[in-house]
Amino acid sequence: MVHVLKKSWTTFKTIFTGMGVTMRHLFKPAVTLRYPEERDELPAGARSKLYVNIGDCIGCKLCERACPVNCIEIETVQATKDVDLGKTSTGNPKRFFLTDFVIDMSKCMYCDMCVPPCPTECIKMVPEYEYSDYDRNNLLFQFSEMSENEVTEVKEKAAKEKEEKRKKKKEAAKKKKAKKSAKASKSKQNKSED
Amino acid sequence: MLSLLEQIIPSSTVALIIFATLPLALIAVYALFAIWLERKVSAHIQDRLGPMRVGGWHGWAQTIADMLKLIQKEDIIPTNASRFLFKMAPFVLFAASYAAFSVIPFSSAYIGSSINIGVFYLLAVTSLLTLSVLMGSWASNNKWSLLGGMRTAAQMVSYEVPTIMSVLSVLVVAGSLNLMTVTEMQAGNDVMGFLPNWLIFQNPFLLVAFVIFFISIVAESHRVPFDLPESESELVAGFQTEYSGMRWGIFMLAEYADMLLLSLLGAVLFFGGWASPFGEFLSGPIWGFIWIMLKGMLFVFVMMWMRWTLPRYRVDQLMEICWSFLIPISFVNFVLIALWEMIF
Ligand code: SF4
Ligand code: SF4
Repeated sequence: MVHVLKKSWTTFKTIFTGMGVTMRHLFKPAVTLRYPEERDELPAGARSKLYVNIGDCIGCKLCERACPVNCIEIETVQATKDVDLGKTSTGNPKRFFLTDFVIDMSKCMYCDMCVPPCPTECIKMVPEYEYSDYDRNNLLFQFSEMSENEVTEVKEKAAKEKEEKRKKKKEAAKKKKAKKSAKASKSKQNKSED
Repeated sequence: MLSLLEQIIPSSTVALIIFATLPLALIAVYALFAIWLERKVSAHIQDRLGPMRVGGWHGWAQTIADMLKLIQKEDIIPTNASRFLFKMAPFVLFAASYAAFSVIPFSSAYIGSSINIGVFYLLAVTSLLTLSVLMGSWASNNKWSLLGGMRTAAQMVSYEVPTIMSVLSVLVVAGSLNLMTVTEMQAGNDVMGFLPNWLIFQNPFLLVAFVIFFISIVAESHRVPFDLPESESELVAGFQTEYSGMRWGIFMLAEYADMLLLSLLGAVLFFGGWASPFGEFLSGPIWGFIWIMLKGMLFVFVMMWMRWTLPRYRVDQLMEICWSFLIPISFVNFVLIALWEMIF
């Protein structure tokens, strides 16, 4: 009987302690954030959506190489001699056309590894996290601003220039060779004349 | 109340039917409110807000929306289930709780049936709950359900003993089985000059009886910490595993109806039922109804509060509490109350 009373006493004591705690919480203000109406302030450095300021990108592909899941895809074309792409806001000269710059945000794991290597600080995380979609293709973010025609034009131009360069090189090599052979034949003639 | 209805409504059958369905309306409104309240209480205890969207002010229409959803759900019956028993179980459960409401005096003017074996009838009818749980669990053709059902039956049968012992203690003092008479003798206001005449204040041992009664009604209406019938962590959902849609909804409704029934019984037996706590002040049929509902809801609230505080007991602990604590204490207490009554 004494045992029973003692045990009952401990039981009730613990129960009332617990109920006191929950009663106190019943009147505490709730911590719920009523999401679509209220939004939390994201902390500095929060990782969410990637954004590329394409005007500042120099096409160095450092971010592409840094990404561990290969979700950045960059295609560049060297600018021809006759065009000047200008400079970035940080003063670096731009030498590449960015014909394609796609980030696949459906693969991105928000590791933030692509951001620090960028020399011009043009790829960064922007505090926007509400971009879920029903279609995966809508998560492929295209940052390059060139139209298809422009891309082909630029590509052709670049190819032409390359071709020309090669030709020039070849010609130069030929000339060199011709000169050399001419020299050689001359000396031969001289020898035979001897 | 019945005579009043008969005066208003020409056909006495219709009047009788309305008279009989009044508690049903009450249970429906109460269940909608109680389920919403349960969510709110649980949310605020956990520093959340709970339903806020449906219906505007604090999501008051959430339960109605849920009910509409439940009605639309597919009514699944397992292939080899015993179809008739499976379908009947929730209705037997609800009918048993509902039948018990007929002897609860809701106010000085309304009692379904003022029979003089009221408490006895109530206890007898509520023991049908065990039957329906067994029916449902056996008919589902599912081991988890069956295990859950057996446990539930064991729990309910065991806890009937302390419930009845504590009810008996009250009846020894009150000297009547009719709940209306029990309430009437608690009206007034002169224990020690100012306290209401409620039985809980009349005899120190009745306080112990009340504690035992409260613990066992929590177990009888299978609420936490004795919610082994549901036991979603061990037996999926206990005896109601196979139930879906509105059949499950009726189980839920019956659980809440049961909670109210036993709370009201507690209010009638220990806290004066519809008797006002201020003597003659604020008394009368309408006020009586408000008082008994307030007292009942207070117990319901305490049960909810407990649910969000205490962890669930293990099945052996559950049995230990009943057989080695509640029953011996209630027997000793019963004898002490009888002695007190003889001496004073
Ligand atoms: S955050 Fe990480 S995964 Fe995402 S694009 Fe940058 S490097 Fe790739
Ligand atoms: S690292 Fe920066 S500059 Fe280089 S390609 Fe990526 S975004 Fe452009």
